[in-house]
Amino acid sequence: MASVPAVLRSEWTKIRTVSSTTWTLVSALVVTVAMGAALSALLKSTFDDLSPEEQLTFDPTFISFSGMILGQLAMVVFGVLVVGTEYSSGMIRTSLAAVPQRATFIFSKITVATALALAVGMATSFLTFFLGQALLGEHRTTIGADNVLRAVVGGGLYMGLIALFSMGVATMLRSSMLSLGILMPFFFLVSQILASVPKAKTVARYFPDQAGSKIMQVVPDAMGSDKAPYGPWGGLGIMVIWAAVALLGGYLVLKKRDA
Amino acid sequence: MIEAVGLTKRYGAKTAVYNLSFQVRPGAVTGFLGPNGAGKSTTMRMILGLDQPTEGHVTISGRPYRQLPNAPRQVGALLDAKAVHGGRSARSHLLSLAQLSGIPARRVDEVLGVVGLQEVAKKRSKGFSLGMGQRLGIAAALLGDPQVLLFDEPVNGLDPEGILWVRNLMKQLAAEGRTVFVSSHLMSEMALTADHLIVIGRGQLLSDMSVKDFISHNSADFARVRTPQTEPQQREKLSAALTEAGGQVMSEPDGALRVTGLPLPQISDLAHSADVRLWELSPHQASLEEAYMRMTQGAVDYRSTADQKSGLMQQPPMGYLPPQQQIPEVPQQGWYAPPPPQPGQNPYAGGAPVAPAAAPQMPPTAAPADLTKPEDAR
Repeated sequence: MASVPAVLRSEWTKIRTVSSTTWTLVSALVVTVAMGAALSALLKSTFDDLSPEEQLTFDPTFISFSGMILGQLAMVVFGVLVVGTEYSSGMIRTSLAAVPQRATFIFSKITVATALALAVGMATSFLTFFLGQALLGEHRTTIGADNVLRAVVGGGLYMGLIALFSMGVATMLRSSMLSLGILMPFFFLVSQILASVPKAKTVARYFPDQAGSKIMQVVPDAMGSDKAPYGPWGGLGIMVIWAAVALLGGYLVLKKRDA
Repeated sequence: MIEAVGLTKRYGAKTAVYNLSFQVRPGAVTGFLGPNGAGKSTTMRMILGLDQPTEGHVTISGRPYRQLPNAPRQVGALLDAKAVHGGRSARSHLLSLAQLSGIPARRVDEVLGVVGLQEVAKKRSKGFSLGMGQRLGIAAALLGDPQVLLFDEPVNGLDPEGILWVRNLMKQLAAEGRTVFVSSHLMSEMALTADHLIVIGRGQLLSDMSVKDFISHNSADFARVRTPQTEPQQREKLSAALTEAGGQVMSEPDGALRVTGLPLPQISDLAHSADVRLWELSPHQASLEEAYMRMTQGAVDYRSTADQKSGLMQQPPMGYLPPQQQIPEVPQQGWYAPPPPQPGQNPYAGGAPVAPAAAPQMPPTAAPADLTKPEDAR
């Protein structure tokens, strides 16, 4: 029986020896930080044009995380590719012949990938926060202020969970193309659009990204955003449930189906 | 030791493998033969626990694959040469597999040397040719120095030197007392490599015996006897004498006689005592390939048809004359496999396998009755 530490080591070798790991994670970091910085700089110069209500609920922390809308897509690609390339290359048969215990195989793989995504997510989160605050000038907040540290750590958790959720979906669908074809439009378009349609809003606020991103707000319902029936941790909890369900589904598919 | 008992795999309505039972013993190379789609790869995947059998079970050293302690150290497998992440280098690929079972990195470089890939070890496997992919797959199988080895079509895409190398590797592994199970659809390859043969067709066991037995059971040895063409009565006379002596005599289209059941010297003696002159008395042995083709004839799933090119036929270029079609003189008449020599061909040439060229001519109805069984069993 292949021991868990051995499988973890092997998965670490697998993940660090393909270039897709590097470029997806680097683009997640660069895109998030760059877009967050750009929007922070923009808001600093246009702050006086904001409506009084928006000025009152101005959330400098949340603004510096605006880049996550795009950056999370790179995390989705990372999560999908980690699992999906096993299937597209046929490597899955070699892997499962070497680790016949499918639970050990998939959960080791996902543990390694999620740990890596979480580490990069945390780095991204702190970097984008500090850079964003520096650019916001007099409207900035500090890491010591109430709830700000929670939001910044939450930003890192959010990125890790997005990757985790994507891995679960890719394990269920057993295909990179199919998973990306569903997840990318969902996170980039469907979720964003539904969240601004009045009736659909009530459903959309339970989507993984909508619920999870509440953790990054310091001012509740900031900038005229929707009022949610759950708190920041509640929102993250909803996202955790989504990820757990996707993982469970993926595991059941892997366990039941022939490789 | 691999043991399959009543192995059955169904994909929906299609039965890929039906009630397959066999044993693969250590110390010998066991060939696993069958036409395309016969269920060879499905069986191999079931042995490795990748596919769950619908019925029956298969064990390695008495345990199902998934329950083997440290499976990679006990069983090495080459399933699919391209089952590798193309963006990963050969060495990294092997290293990730080695780490699974606590094999030191040193061993990775060792097997890379064994399969001759040390030059390209750091290159991404995306750019590998099929032959290099096969070598990488073989390296992965050898990694854990396992006692049981499975190879699915290992010589596909290899150059002649590589084929020879694989052949010797298999024999060497078996000589070390390991269990070696090699699938192929080429009988000629197996005849040179394997000690034991398991033949399947349409997912059913057709034969399970040693290569030696397989030849003697399946080959149709015969003698070709030719009497002077100018004197047909001599031919009748000899024919009667041979039949009387217990031989089976059949006429070939060109007037020669095909005799089975009598040794050559006895045929000569009989001819002498019957006062018949012989123009030819030659021994013929059906090759293993012929025996295999005959056996699997009824079980071939994918048979090619002539390309009609309907609607696509283009005008031949000016001055082009289509080659003269040679009309076969007489359709194949008997159950015997080797066709009569074509006119103009040296009848003494021998040796060259003739069956592949002849196969498409054979009507499927020529298959012996017992080979149509897979049909009935469904």
